[in-house]
Amino acid sequence: MTDQETRVPAQGCEDTSAACGAGGRREFLGAAVAAVATALTGCGKVSSEEFLQHNFRELSKDEVAQVIARLEKEYKDKFKKDVKVATTEPIPGVIFGYALDLSRCIGCRSCVHACVKENNQSRKPEIQWIRVLEMDKEEGVDLQHAEQYYNPDEVPREGHFYMPVQCQQCKKPPCTKVCPVGATWKEKDGIVVVDYNWCIGCRYCMAACPYGARHFNWGEPHIDAADVNPVTHYLGNRPRPKGVVEKCTFCVQRTRKGLYPACVEICPTGSRKFGNLLDPKSEIRQTLETKRVFKLKEDLNTQPTFFYFYGV
Amino acid sequence: MNRSLIRSSLRAAPILALLLVFATGKASAETPAAKPAAKQAAPTPEGIQVPKPPFTEGIFPCTACHDGKAVKLNTKQRELKDMHTDIELTHGPESRWCLDCHDANDRDHLKLASGEKVEFTASYKLCGQCHGDKLRDWRVGIHGKRTGMWNGPKQYLLCVHCHNPHQPHFKPMKPLPPPTRPEAIQVTKGGAR
Repeated sequence: MTDQETRVPAQGCEDTSAACGAGGRREFLGAAVAAVATALTGCGKVSSEEFLQHNFRELSKDEVAQVIARLEKEYKDKFKKDVKVATTEPIPGVIFGYALDLSRCIGCRSCVHACVKENNQSRKPEIQWIRVLEMDKEEGVDLQHAEQYYNPDEVPREGHFYMPVQCQQCKKPPCTKVCPVGATWKEKDGIVVVDYNWCIGCRYCMAACPYGARHFNWGEPHIDAADVNPVTHYLGNRPRPKGVVEKCTFCVQRTRKGLYPACVEICPTGSRKFGNLLDPKSEIRQTLETKRVFKLKEDLNTQPTFFYFYGV
Repeated sequence: MNRSLIRSSLRAAPILALLLVFATGKASAETPAAKPAAKQAAPTPEGIQVPKPPFTEGIFPCTACHDGKAVKLNTKQRELKDMHTDIELTHGPESRWCLDCHDANDRDHLKLASGEKVEFTASYKLCGQCHGDKLRDWRVGIHGKRTGMWNGPKQYLLCVHCHNPHQPHFKPMKPLPPPTRPEAIQVTKGGAR
């Protein structure tokens, strides 16, 4: 009954102009703001809804639904296929951890390219979230002697070992601290995410990250429609606009559904281990408890949840 | 490479067994009762389900030729000239040869050092005789590759899916293309804001 009663003024709105005042004013203001925004930023493509969208963490459920609907429509128009944008929440009682076996990685870069495909990174200009460093066995883990552009006929090369570097999902992420607008933060399951619609592209986070794990869309990202992975997450692999920062999210669109990240699935040597740090039986915990483990740049106290270990 | 989706029975089987024990109210007799229950519930002796071993096409069952009639048993250690010439054995000491691992009297099985027969699907037991530390790591997921779900059904690989048992060293491979060098990036008009 109450539903019907409240609906009455809305129905009458079409007839009486006085009752429409509020709606009309809002529409006018929205259009005006959008026009000003267009004039100021020079971004003709930004819709008023997009311009007025708040930080993802401040959105109500209805607003999230609206945002998702808008994004899915935009992607449909752009790629001519259905792209699903999920907003899957962290699983309670789960903190993700990752371990990489330096004694097994052969530097084949399968992970790099599987990641690009899974996470809709721009192909041109090229963005890759994983960098594989070729290191000198004589020098050990010394970034002064790292080479990322190696391209021999066969890997592993004599006298070298390989060290893939991606976002370390730090417990104390310096990148989120410096963001002036709060567009990047650490989720409850330990994944550091970016709200691409709230990011202003100042790149402070990139300067703060000691691992070079964040990447900026300098140009309009380009992916062939056929290559777009249509299973996406708002905070993860949905296609990004120009002028925002992006990074590894442990494949949030996969891992929050229980799947392994794409890099774990593809690795031909089984060097990559992933699981729940709070589950003592998980592969990651077994690894941390029984192997020699280290963190990259531990002295910076970023406290990564990404570990390197020696399986042999 | 043949793979089939299998349950993480390694972890699930003992839990199931325990549940059974508790359900029947014999909680005090934990370990002795749990083991047979786990054995019954799982198709392989230990409850680890694994994908089909990577046989060369048409080679299994071995008894199709090695039936004791068409091919007579010859236990003399020798270089093979007529069949299996593609197999180069570079695994372990030089004295090692076929019948150290393949059962002489039942070619469809492998055999342990103790003489116990082992299915090809449980070949990890054979490998684990020498590589015990690797087997231990494999069981808990540190060594080897698992795919599927980190919190659910997983797909395991046998040792032999990655390591050819006759030449176990992991084969080198061509790396995928490297990232573009900064100096090679072409600036397009309007490319940067």
